Amino acid sequence: MAKINMVQSLNQSLHEVMENDESVLIMGEDIGINGGVFRVTDGLYEKFGRKRVIDTPIAESAILGTAIGMAIAGLKPVVEMQFSGFSYLMMHQLEGNAGRMRTRSRGYFTVPLVVRMPYGGGVRALEHHSESKEVYFAHTPGVKVVIPSTPSNAATLLKAAINDPDPVIFMEPKRSYRSFKETVPDHPDDIPIGKAMILESGTDITIISWGAMMRDTLSAIEAVKEKTNCQPEVIDLLTMSPLDYQTIIESVKKTGRCVIVQEAQRSFGPASEIIALINDFVLMYLEAPVNRVTMYDLPFPLFGREHLYMPSIEKITNAIFHTLKE
Amino acid sequence: MPIHTIETFNVQFLSILDENGNVDPDIEPEISREDLLKLHRFMTLSRMADTRMLNLQRQGRLGTLPVCTGQEASFCAPVLAIQDTDWFVGSYRELGARLMRGEPLVNLLHGFNGFEEGEAPAKTSRTLPLSIILASQLPQAVGLAYGSQMRGEKDIVALVLFGDGATSEGDFHEALNFAAVLNAPVIFLCQNNQYAISTPRQIQTRSATIAQKAIAYGMPGIQVDGNDPLAVYSAVNSAVMKARNNEGPSLIEAFTFRMLMHTTADDPSRYRDDKEVEKWKLKDPLIRFKIYLINKKIWDEEKQAALEDELKDHIDKTVKQFESKKKFKPDAPFDHVFETPPPFLEEQRMDFLKHIKMETENG
Repeated sequence: MAKINMVQSLNQSLHEVMENDESVLIMGEDIGINGGVFRVTDGLYEKFGRKRVIDTPIAESAILGTAIGMAIAGLKPVVEMQFSGFSYLMMHQLEGNAGRMRTRSRGYFTVPLVVRMPYGGGVRALEHHSESKEVYFAHTPGVKVVIPSTPSNAATLLKAAINDPDPVIFMEPKRSYRSFKETVPDHPDDIPIGKAMILESGTDITIISWGAMMRDTLSAIEAVKEKTNCQPEVIDLLTMSPLDYQTIIESVKKTGRCVIVQEAQRSFGPASEIIALINDFVLMYLEAPVNRVTMYDLPFPLFGREHLYMPSIEKITNAIFHTLKE
Repeated sequence: MPIHTIETFNVQFLSILDENGNVDPDIEPEISREDLLKLHRFMTLSRMADTRMLNLQRQGRLGTLPVCTGQEASFCAPVLAIQDTDWFVGSYRELGARLMRGEPLVNLLHGFNGFEEGEAPAKTSRTLPLSIILASQLPQAVGLAYGSQMRGEKDIVALVLFGDGATSEGDFHEALNFAAVLNAPVIFLCQNNQYAISTPRQIQTRSATIAQKAIAYGMPGIQVDGNDPLAVYSAVNSAVMKARNNEGPSLIEAFTFRMLMHTTADDPSRYRDDKEVEKWKLKDPLIRFKIYLINKKIWDEEKQAALEDELKDHIDKTVKQFESKKKFKPDAPFDHVFETPPPFLEEQRMDFLKHIKMETENG
């Protein structure tokens, strides 16, 4: 079986889902004839036509707002925000309508839709093209936030998101779009939304990350392992919201140490929530303060210097060593 | 080449039944006797219920209320032009329209009293709940119309209501543009009641009309006398026919007036003159429609009195029903966040209930 990258895997999944389910429709800016600026939707327009693959006017609020109507009417829209940095224009539709329609109608009108968006830095992009704002969406009740990290789990999770009965924000780490390939099995293991994955089992320290940072974190762990006998437990969150409390709590209970690696800014970031969770449930099991490696609390720097500001393998390695020693 | 005109546009105004009840027979729409009486009944019910609800609010028996007196023709007549299987997407100032769509008055009372239970649509309903974020319901209407078409329901249209203030929102412009490029069967109905809370229409937009905004998006737009039920019906009906005939969306501006406050939390004396209100009192849609029905010999004062008695009785009973059930289970807001709630949310519910129980026990 051929190895493919994440863009190819997402593209294949969309082809497959649209073939199997007539109610799936995709729309966004330049996603039709052009196949999307990252080519994730390549070939869909030719195969499924302009009624199911809609090149929309440039209006993020109407993209989501229209998709909400389509979902209520019985379609399963999968919309693309061209970059996550453009998604702020849809926020009132997300908070005001997508996340609330089920509640507002007492379960009668539901909004099964997916909003795909490339996010994150490290690809030398222009301003507004590099942020990691998963907490904006995770703070919205009634909305799920999913972040794949590999071609394989991207395929599985995208299909799960499309079949989910609730709105799902699907954040694609664009630094991982083409950075590596792997074999994506035809019938991959089921990864339900809301479930984190333990990539390595261990007893000495819990290391949590997601998205593009997962690869850097794994490299850092290799560097640590070369120098110590440490057996880390490595967790890929995969779903940011609803957060998989159980997996995190059980792991930290076992290891007593934890490092969280996020590309997002430090304050009020996902790590803050995970630390609060650890505090709520397993504080007394801790042998060292929980450590976090993050971006600084800055507007994301222009790409000339971005590599200096993003969490690096070295920063992650240092944080792990530090937490192991305490 | 000298400057020359490449396009010209005009904006039309439609009035059929004037404020004295005189009808223009050449353009009088054909509406069955049954439908005319239905419209009259719901406009009357809307006015009486609105008045009663305002009283309830003033007595502290109901929460903040967006009142709608005076605009009955603008929001009831459009509903007459669509079917139950069509989508109705409202805002929050269209009480009679919601009643016509089959929403029980008692539910609306619970909703305006701060309980989610009041917002539960009836089974098979295609009426979306209240939409408070201005204009955010407009793109949804586009999606509903397009979605139904894609599901093979070729005859279905979506009717969406909003106010003059909403036309300043990005979503208004985005939705009109989307509807036009998607050729979606949507009827955009703006209730231009001249005020967005305190902001008069003249400083909301410099456009001479709201109807003309349609031109920019490549769809028909018309201004109608919003207090003339026949004109509103006629314009909406023709837009519905077009939409069903795959001719795309339309914008209708119903020129009306907000006779009372924006909501019960608002004091209009701070920003408008009573003289303006007095002037609009003469244009009341209910008065002219009653004259029209009497002139058509399908109505008389005796029937009017009987109808008002019947509706008063209905409202009395509904208010009684509403007040006898003002308590709902405390944890209902936990019920419909997700189809399957995550475990931690159920834990939060348990925790919440524990506190409620404790507080109740401790008095």
